[in-house]
Amino acid sequence: MTYIAKPKFHHPGLKKNDLGYTHRDYEGKISTLCAGCGHDSITASIIEACFELSIEPHRVAKISGIGCSSKTPDYFLGNSHGFNSVHGRMPSVLTGANLANRDLIYLGVSGDGDSASIGFGQFAHSIRRGVNMTYIVENNGVYGLTKGQFSATADRGSKSKKGVTNTDNAIDLVAIALQLGATFVARSFSGDKTQLVPLIAAAIRHKGASFIDVISPCIAFNNHAGSTKSFDYVREHNDAVNRLDVLVGRDPIAVDYAPGTVQVVEQHDGSKIALRKIDADYDPHDRLGAQTFLARHAAKGQIVTGLLYVDPDAEDLHAHLNTVETPLNTLEADTLCPGSAVLDRINASLR
Amino acid sequence: MKPTDIAAPDYFHKVVDCQWACPAHTPVPEYIRLIAQGRYSDAYMINWKSNVFPGILGRTCDRPCEPACRRGRVEETPVAICRLKRVAADFKDDIKQRLPKPTPRNGKRVAFVGGGPASLTVARDLAPLGYHCTVFDGDPEAGGMMRTQIPKFRLPNSVIDEETGYILGLGVDFKGGHRIESMKALLAEKYDAIFVGSGAPRGRELDIPGRKEAAANIHIGIDWLSSVSFGHTDKIGKRVIVLGGGNTAMDCCRTARRLGGEKVTVVVRSGFEEMKASPWEKEDAIHEDIPILNYMVPVAFKHVAGKLIGVTFQHVKAEYDAKGRRNLVPSGDPDQTIPCDDVLVAVGQENAFPWIEQDCGIEFDKWHMPKVDPKTFVSTNPKVYFGGDAAFGPKNIIWAVAHGHDAALSIHKMLSGEDITERPLPDVQVSSQKMGIHEWSYDNDISIDKRFKVPHRDKVVALKDIKTEVELGYDVKLALGEAHRCLNCDVQTVFSTSLCIECDACADICPMDCITFTANGEEDDLRHRLKAPSAHPDQDLYVSSDLKTGRVMVKDEDVCLHCGLCAERCPTGAWDMQKYFIEMTHAGSTCPTKSRSAA
Repeated sequence: MTYIAKPKFHHPGLKKNDLGYTHRDYEGKISTLCAGCGHDSITASIIEACFELSIEPHRVAKISGIGCSSKTPDYFLGNSHGFNSVHGRMPSVLTGANLANRDLIYLGVSGDGDSASIGFGQFAHSIRRGVNMTYIVENNGVYGLTKGQFSATADRGSKSKKGVTNTDNAIDLVAIALQLGATFVARSFSGDKTQLVPLIAAAIRHKGASFIDVISPCIAFNNHAGSTKSFDYVREHNDAVNRLDVLVGRDPIAVDYAPGTVQVVEQHDGSKIALRKIDADYDPHDRLGAQTFLARHAAKGQIVTGLLYVDPDAEDLHAHLNTVETPLNTLEADTLCPGSAVLDRINASLR
Repeated sequence: MKPTDIAAPDYFHKVVDCQWACPAHTPVPEYIRLIAQGRYSDAYMINWKSNVFPGILGRTCDRPCEPACRRGRVEETPVAICRLKRVAADFKDDIKQRLPKPTPRNGKRVAFVGGGPASLTVARDLAPLGYHCTVFDGDPEAGGMMRTQIPKFRLPNSVIDEETGYILGLGVDFKGGHRIESMKALLAEKYDAIFVGSGAPRGRELDIPGRKEAAANIHIGIDWLSSVSFGHTDKIGKRVIVLGGGNTAMDCCRTARRLGGEKVTVVVRSGFEEMKASPWEKEDAIHEDIPILNYMVPVAFKHVAGKLIGVTFQHVKAEYDAKGRRNLVPSGDPDQTIPCDDVLVAVGQENAFPWIEQDCGIEFDKWHMPKVDPKTFVSTNPKVYFGGDAAFGPKNIIWAVAHGHDAALSIHKMLSGEDITERPLPDVQVSSQKMGIHEWSYDNDISIDKRFKVPHRDKVVALKDIKTEVELGYDVKLALGEAHRCLNCDVQTVFSTSLCIECDACADICPMDCITFTANGEEDDLRHRLKAPSAHPDQDLYVSSDLKTGRVMVKDEDVCLHCGLCAERCPTGAWDMQKYFIEMTHAGSTCPTKSRSAA
């Protein structure tokens, strides 16, 4: 960690967004993670995505659990709402907050321990219910805070820093998310911001359960030969199916790629994503196809990245439950509590 | 782009903008750190070695370092480098024991014409090597223009006495009141070398109608200042007009205010912004209730019965031709006459060498300036050297000092039988500042304080006595605050390609977005692909060799705060903060002539 505060000075020529903010205005406190941690790059990517979308910081709620990854909301969006919850309980806190106030943008930040072990059930149910959120797992395959034991996402056969081989099967959170009905599923790499930043921006714009698995090398305990989550390994085995080159408001810029290689996806709110296909046969609207594709490439030791599945017409939990559109905190008392006469009527109807 | 060669001494030198801009290349950040630590004497000695007159320059330097200061590109104002130099001089202990000791004479004799900053610098460098230095000056005391032209309320005599005294104390003979009237006669005295540091002693005339008739009340600025300095002049009329917009004009008007001038006005031909005077000198003049009128060209001195009554001016405006050259053309407004009792003419200075005979082997060019080599400062007579204003016309004290160092080196080499055109490389040291995992041997926490103002004496008191210094200088607390504003640009960010794992930590943490990892390209192309726009193409890009992914690391040196966060966040030590210390080679320092690497 670093003992001095990041200097307040910024480059005099920094770009400003529609709100007149620079990307520095989306920063939080200085990171206390190990130098070189992949999580810090994800932090920088979230900052960049929120800056590019000109998001008002007070409209964001960032919610996390426990672990290195769950510390990171302190390092971005210093002027947003935040809740650092119990280990693995981010999804339920987020679901509750979302039900109470649907007007905020929900960023759930978690790790492989928080989501694939202690909070595995929580993760599953929030996805299954279609909570409108961006669920980011900062996945390094180890328990960094307790000195590098294998986590549930560590690949079978990969080696620990001390040379011990992992004999357990790995949980592939992307595969589970697809299976549980997430409507926006992506995987990326902390060392590839050009891919990651637009993915985060598109996920924030997506209405429904967005899930991004970000491979994030643990510099201290999982960046050695034999690891499958090291910088070198991920760079060598990264199999990107597509890239989001542009994501500009409602009007994507025409990019000069060969015809047929760019696919424009229009989301529910009218925003558009321009996807540059790398694998010509890959169709991000085919949930079953994506699952098969993932399984086949995982067997070959490849790490598939990119936007793997998107349902542009997805609905969220509020639509399923037919809830009131107004956030609860702005409802008047007599609306929230209509009185015993109304309660009596409801009770009578159930008899 | 090709990978940056950080071993070339100039690369990191350019990053230390202040030091690079200083003609004498004083190691500015190094002495500012020493001031912050309260080591004033050490700070003074670094200055003394490099610029010879820290106390004098700390009050009067034209400060080429300050417009160059990186801080000025990060926020509004640069570090007050000049006034910090004065702090070192003000708070130092007795440093006499640290000065070079007089050494046995080596039998070689060097004569100096003029006892100003250029000559004294040469003498300072040569005397400790055993040269018998004899300085001739028409004035009774050493210092030249520093003593005669700079008013005492800016530069007290005590400071001049002290710093010229350090040099004369090295065993230099000073012959005051001894004006050299003939170069031929001087050459006949068989000195081994002669250094001419006689300055630019002649004030430019303003030959307009009425000049002769009203001569009794029209004074040439530098002559008048000198006369004031020696106490020959102690009053002036109540209404004074100062013509000219340089620093001499500013000194004239402020001096006039102290000698009885109640209504002193400065009138300049050009616009206020284009005046040659330093901005702070204009500010000080305005603060003393002296209006500066611009775009007015003097056309006649008005006089009645041989007495000056005023100056008539034509109003002009600036027009720019197709090539962007400025012409002053009449604005059409009627001429204006400003009444006055005295006029001070400060419209420029010229060189004058009436004492150098044509057959001395010293050639002059068509502008009547001696032909002087700009590197070695030798004239066409191999024994005669020029420096300061005498070499290339009026500049500033710090230039005279820089010339003096180079000329001294030439003289020493010539008298040692060496080739004077072969210039030794500067001495460069690069050393890591890492003390612990997140601990550096310099203060890397960036201060966000604005520039601290130097306290001034109350105006009423200051205007009463011409010898009362106006600026009081920083006190210890203000000096510490100002010193903390320095960005330590000499502590360099050094990158090792082989150690980098491209984790992006440095690019993410950099508060100024200086660092970009991208595909290599030509410089123009690269400058357009940086994380933050490159606003100053004169600031170098630091480019690594190819990294594992085929990309390169590009760092725009422009607004780097040298906060070291890149190095703190680097997991592999690919970034390191290394102090770069460069010292120019002076006469007598061990002269490494073979080229060698810096790092």
